[in-house]
Amino acid sequence: MDKIKIEIDGRKLEAEKGEYLLGVCQRNGIELPTLCQNDQVTPEGRCRMCMTEIRWEPAGRGRLVVSCLYPVDQGLIVDTRSENVMLVRKTVLELLLARNPEAKAVREMAEEYGITKSRYPEDSEYGKCILCGLCVRTCREVVGVEALGYMHRGPQKEVGPAFAEPSPVCIGCGACAFVCPTGHIVMTEQGDERKIWGKAFKMEKCGKCGRYYAPKFELEWMSKVTGVPYEKLAVCPDCR
Amino acid sequence: MDFKAIQERSRKEYQDRLNSPTPVIYVGAATCGLAAGAGELLKMLPSELEALKVKAEVVPVGCIGPCCFEPLVDVQKPGKPRVSFMQVNPRKLKTILEDYLVKDVMHPELALGIVGEGQLDGVPPLTEHQMFKGQMRIALRNCGYMDPHRIEDYIARGGYIALEKALKMKPEEIVDWVKKSGLRGRGGGGFGTGRKWESVRKAEGDIRYVLCNGDEGDPGAFMDRSTMESDPHAIIEGMIIAAYAIAWGKSRAEGYMYVRNEYPLAVKNLVLALEQARKMGFLGKNIMGSGFDFEIRINRGGGAFVCGESSALMRSLEGKSGEPRQKYVHASDKGLWDKPTNLNNVETYACVPEIVNKGWEWFSSIGTKGSKGTKVFSLVGKVSHSGLVEVPMGITLREMVYTIGGGIKGGKKFKAVQTGGPSGGVIPESMIDLQVDFDELTRVGSMMGSGGMIVMDEGDCMVDVALYYTRFLEGEACGKCVPCREGVRRMRQILSRITEGKGKMEDLALLEELGRGIQIGSLCGLGQSAPAPMLSTLKYFRKEYEQHILEKKCYAGVCASLISFMIDPEKCDGCHLCEVYCPTAAARGEKKKVHKINPELCIKCGICYDVCTREAVVKK
Repeated sequence: MDKIKIEIDGRKLEAEKGEYLLGVCQRNGIELPTLCQNDQVTPEGRCRMCMTEIRWEPAGRGRLVVSCLYPVDQGLIVDTRSENVMLVRKTVLELLLARNPEAKAVREMAEEYGITKSRYPEDSEYGKCILCGLCVRTCREVVGVEALGYMHRGPQKEVGPAFAEPSPVCIGCGACAFVCPTGHIVMTEQGDERKIWGKAFKMEKCGKCGRYYAPKFELEWMSKVTGVPYEKLAVCPDCR
Repeated sequence: MDFKAIQERSRKEYQDRLNSPTPVIYVGAATCGLAAGAGELLKMLPSELEALKVKAEVVPVGCIGPCCFEPLVDVQKPGKPRVSFMQVNPRKLKTILEDYLVKDVMHPELALGIVGEGQLDGVPPLTEHQMFKGQMRIALRNCGYMDPHRIEDYIARGGYIALEKALKMKPEEIVDWVKKSGLRGRGGGGFGTGRKWESVRKAEGDIRYVLCNGDEGDPGAFMDRSTMESDPHAIIEGMIIAAYAIAWGKSRAEGYMYVRNEYPLAVKNLVLALEQARKMGFLGKNIMGSGFDFEIRINRGGGAFVCGESSALMRSLEGKSGEPRQKYVHASDKGLWDKPTNLNNVETYACVPEIVNKGWEWFSSIGTKGSKGTKVFSLVGKVSHSGLVEVPMGITLREMVYTIGGGIKGGKKFKAVQTGGPSGGVIPESMIDLQVDFDELTRVGSMMGSGGMIVMDEGDCMVDVALYYTRFLEGEACGKCVPCREGVRRMRQILSRITEGKGKMEDLALLEELGRGIQIGSLCGLGQSAPAPMLSTLKYFRKEYEQHILEKKCYAGVCASLISFMIDPEKCDGCHLCEVYCPTAAARGEKKKVHKINPELCIKCGICYDVCTREAVVKK
């Protein structure tokens, strides 16, 4: 990869040509807010929070780009807090605050931008889901089962298993609940049973400590994709 | 069979029909004509002809454009020109058949004009008609003139000559011609077609995809449907030429037409046309003996507006859900299945054969500095003559409305023109001398878009217009990015409030701020342009917004919450019509006595206002 020179908020930095701008910022301690980004999955540019203003000449015309998807090139000049950037972030946060008033992650980020109350009427039907899509991408790209997807479109868009019915392919791993930034996805455990997305899973007991630690389904899937024999997975991570 | 022989045979067949010893009856049978009643006419024609003992050929043709005059039935008698009759209903059809076809008695008031060559007393040529005079037809050159089901008609009218010529040219030369012609994408963006072709040609890849966007979805725009239904081969020929110019000597090429499923007749005619082109050797392996292989498949869209956006269209073609993708890498490099891809609109492709035939100099001599050639507009709304018109770029709005459109219906006062559909804006009366081209429309805050042009009069409320488009966009938003998904919905809520008389003055500043946020923050072009209808009406008609908020008045008489209906006792003659039509029995009165509207029961539907023949119902 070619090393190139770029400038972010007046700081001269080195980067690799084609590297995404967000990564360059994060590596250099320049904080950009994000609500739909995770290093383990493909960026999609849904939340628009990481937008920055770029230009090629110091006095040139600025253009807004989403940093999580913008590949950097030699000579790029970036402003991470321009007036337009702030307008987009505030617009997004105020809109999300009205959609998901219960979502703590949104409330906290909005406060950082000086927004404590939205000028739009609060919704109650969307729960804490901000439609960042992290669960969908994690299930597809990290877990590899594609149990989750989108339904409907526009404001009514929803994440969940197909036809909102218990998914035959879901392994109950809970990765979706783990990556969810707002805690919208609920997973409950009681005794030997785990429940998520309306489906119940029987849990396996750890061979050493005896606690229920993972659904049988998940261990079978892990054994299948990793080639590790099932018996070897029959011990909880703490006892391994 | 070689092309020369095919041409000769086609020309003869076509000429034979023009000089037919028996009468030929052409019926405009595109979806628009059928909706206006042409289907019924087509059904009754055989039995009517039999009853009159006349042998005649009935040819369903495409759409020639003037919606306001449909259904159109053209009669061509031996030795006589083809006469187009307008607004034909079963009764008029009988008159035309009995009087003109059998007895040779012409009723000039039923005729619209003469199509093509020839003269007839009392009937002027169609090209002299006010609605057609200023038109110049390139993309629509064959629409309505020929039978879209016969490839022979297309060939006889000069079709596939451009393909034969192009296959003997160097691909780079074709790209260069299209570049120099100044042709810009007719689907909305207005990107230079030749430049796009050049980048796809230069891209790296073992296959190049050539796509046609037939997912037309703007409310009030229907030029692509009409072209696909009426002249499918023009588009197909354009695509083959594009594929050759882009891929020959570089890689294989494959073509897809993405057509919305709500256009079943377009799909049917395209499928048939593709089959015919294949049979003739214009598609498939070794096209016209050139060694170039190319195939086109049709893919039907599921009815999402957003799938007309290029990256969403490609995702949909891949079998994924139609969500746009942020493109910092162009589709010309990584498009469909991440391969070099060229996507053009129906109308763009339809222009290509003419550029190859007549040369880039000819095309670039038409239009304005930055916008060459012609553009098809669907001129609709409050004009007397509504329909599809193709005019040179640079025509003024005044000519569009008052000459081609025949002025405002019912002698009302002109107020504004909406262009570019939900991505465009309104242009007020003060700018009526604006020259219509890509750059001028953008300059005033609207856009060319696909070429919808909706004319509005004093009876149209600008807040309601903004609400209409915003509501449309809310329903069609894909939901991927936050500004468009959540922002457009909030815009609609605020606009609804204003039309209900519940708006506040702060709302206007909030609308402007939100609109700007959506414009610069949204992911795709549709989101970025979604605030345009609201922002442009607010810019040019701020006073109307203020009247709704401060005075709680809708002076155009549209917003139901802000108007009331009453009957002027001076004018009411007690004809009873309002009572007959009133759905809630709010309008009541004794016959021959002044009627009254009970405001408690009135739902403000406006039916009484529309049916009253004495203008006794007043809106306030």
